[in-house]
Amino acid sequence: MATVSADTPGFWNGTRRFARFLAGEMKPRGRLLTPFNVITVVIMATAAVILYVRFTRGLGSVTNLNQDVPWGLWIGFDVITGVAFAGGAYVLTFMVYILNQEKYHPIVRVTVLNGFLAYVFYAGALLLDLGRPWNVINPIIGNSFGVSSVLFLVAWHFLLYMTAELLEFAPAIAEWAGWPRLRRWLNRLTLGAVIFGITLSTLHQSGLGALYMMARDKVHPLWYSEFIPIMFFVSSIFAGLSMVIFEGSITHRVFHHRVGPDLERSHDSILRGLARICAGTLFVYLFMELIVFVHGQKWDYLATGWGAWYLLEVVGFVAVPSVLFLRGVARKSPRVIGTAAILTLVGIMLNRLNISVIAFKWYLPVRYVPTWQEIVVTLAVLSAEIWVFRWVVNRMPVLDDAHVRSGRLERVERASASAA
Amino acid sequence: MRRRSAVKTLALAAGSTLAGRNLAQARQPSHGNALAATAESRAILVDTTKCLGCRMCERACAESNGLPEPAKSIEPGKLRDTSETQFTVVNRYETENGPVNVKRQCMHCLQPACASACLTKAMLKTADGPVIWRGDKCMGCRFCMLSCPFDVPKFEYDSANPRIQKCSMCFDRLREGESPACVSGCPAKATVFGTRTEMLELGWSRIYHEPDKYVHHIYGEHEAGGTGLLYLASVPFDQLGFRTDLSRESYPTFTREFLYAVPFVLTMFPPFLFAVSRATAGYRQEDPEA
Ligand code: SF4
Ligand code: SF4
Repeated sequence: MATVSADTPGFWNGTRRFARFLAGEMKPRGRLLTPFNVITVVIMATAAVILYVRFTRGLGSVTNLNQDVPWGLWIGFDVITGVAFAGGAYVLTFMVYILNQEKYHPIVRVTVLNGFLAYVFYAGALLLDLGRPWNVINPIIGNSFGVSSVLFLVAWHFLLYMTAELLEFAPAIAEWAGWPRLRRWLNRLTLGAVIFGITLSTLHQSGLGALYMMARDKVHPLWYSEFIPIMFFVSSIFAGLSMVIFEGSITHRVFHHRVGPDLERSHDSILRGLARICAGTLFVYLFMELIVFVHGQKWDYLATGWGAWYLLEVVGFVAVPSVLFLRGVARKSPRVIGTAAILTLVGIMLNRLNISVIAFKWYLPVRYVPTWQEIVVTLAVLSAEIWVFRWVVNRMPVLDDAHVRSGRLERVERASASAA
Repeated sequence: MRRRSAVKTLALAAGSTLAGRNLAQARQPSHGNALAATAESRAILVDTTKCLGCRMCERACAESNGLPEPAKSIEPGKLRDTSETQFTVVNRYETENGPVNVKRQCMHCLQPACASACLTKAMLKTADGPVIWRGDKCMGCRFCMLSCPFDVPKFEYDSANPRIQKCSMCFDRLREGESPACVSGCPAKATVFGTRTEMLELGWSRIYHEPDKYVHHIYGEHEAGGTGLLYLASVPFDQLGFRTDLSRESYPTFTREFLYAVPFVLTMFPPFLFAVSRATAGYRQEDPEA
């Protein structure tokens, strides 16, 4: 591995060595012709063609968006649902760096990586949906700040939050590249980045809900309330953690060889801890749903088809998983916890899609249904993210936990030094 | 959740007395105080009882905006919406009082949802009243379409360089001192153009002079916080395809509270989080697993 420090023979030498190291790391590891690889490559290639058509002939050529439904699957699922799923990063960094729950430290890196990539890819999918993407810099370079716009806030937060998450993850990159000095320096930034990231997350998770505040007459009353921003925030907690549980169980199996001993040992206990938090926040959320429902006097809607659909979401995918989580904890069963996590994720997906797509303008005679092209592009975004994730996990110290121990050591040393 | 300030409540109360069709009180321009800043903004009064349904305004609009000529004949009974190639449409509604023709277009809200939704200020409420769109700013996110309570902005889905299209109240003509093309093109004087205050006065005076002919309501006086298009009609507006369930508060109000909270969260969370992280730091060494 290359080392760049003050006493390297020359800057160019170092750069050349790093380039060689990078080239080596770029080579694929493992078999190339796996079913997963083949399928995802086909999906991504198809998406590339679709996107070419989309950018040369307009959005209408590949999507079913229309004058009545300006936002479809790409926003409703990729952005709004995807960002809720990525909420795990801010919740976990809160637990580990703010509440100092050391137990969860071994899974912070992988979660932050996941969160970062989710933002890059899902929020990045926003660009595909923009009609005039060449103007996307307008609200950023400041020649036209639409400060009264919730979307302005959300867009800025996406950008800043990605930076914060990159900073949080940067020590892993420094370790991988063999830059210990940079790593120590980056480590010192972590707490700041975490604090900034949590603050931003609170705002943009709820901000995604606030996007619909002006569409109050267009979202079905069972889903619309003035409390959407708060509900979006609360639900992002269990959405994010359920994603951590779900992804964790997959990662654990697929990247078994990369998992460090600490994580191996504490994995089940971490799982139960997360499940408990999920259950708690799900109950809070359920209670809020109930209050909003009663307060909004929505009884009459229950007897309709929309009412049944609403009950399915709230009972089937909020109440049921919250009980399941508790049961999983009591029985110490990772399988029950995993099932609960999947149900929760489905529930979040339903909720976000109901507000943004399904129950949006429920009164229209002709419903929006995404085209196959919209679905393929969504799958391609997902595949691309998994490819990058796999590349990183296979190379950088993400799942192994030497950094947690060494970090702990550093802190203890610092503490004893200051005590002395 | 929504805290109304005393002033706002008062203004609202004043508004509802007005809607109570109390003539004596309605004469008072109580709508003026809440919206003082926009007192001089321009408006169009559409008197649907005078509209012939000749659709000359549609043609004038198309000509003035360089849009394709509207279809000569339209299917009777079919209700059309404005589109990316047609900024105004006249629809005929069968009502309890016989057929009524209604011209629709952008309402040019006093506090437009579309403009407050726009993150690039491409949608802009001008001081004169028109709400205009500026292509050099717009990034095509379509949040304006999502937010507009009247579903007015339209998007060119079939273009690689798509625009948001809607009525601009002929902003350029207004600058030259002319009236909007549709108003000039109306042979029946069913549309009148002037300051909003004048148009409201004209509207109410028509209602007072012929109280049996009109419903005592000017659509747009309070809807969505007040609009630059004002409508008179002989039948209740829900029979004419108008949404009557819209809020009387302006739509930007609904996100304002969230946005007000932002600077507080941004300044108060970080020190709080930092303090908590300091306060709990002791656990680290005491953690038996550590
Ligand atoms: S009617 Fe819609 S597009 Fe027109 S000004 Fe009002 S919010 Fe904007
Ligand atoms: S589509 Fe254009 S005008 Fe509409 S909100 Fe987005 S940037 Fe503004």
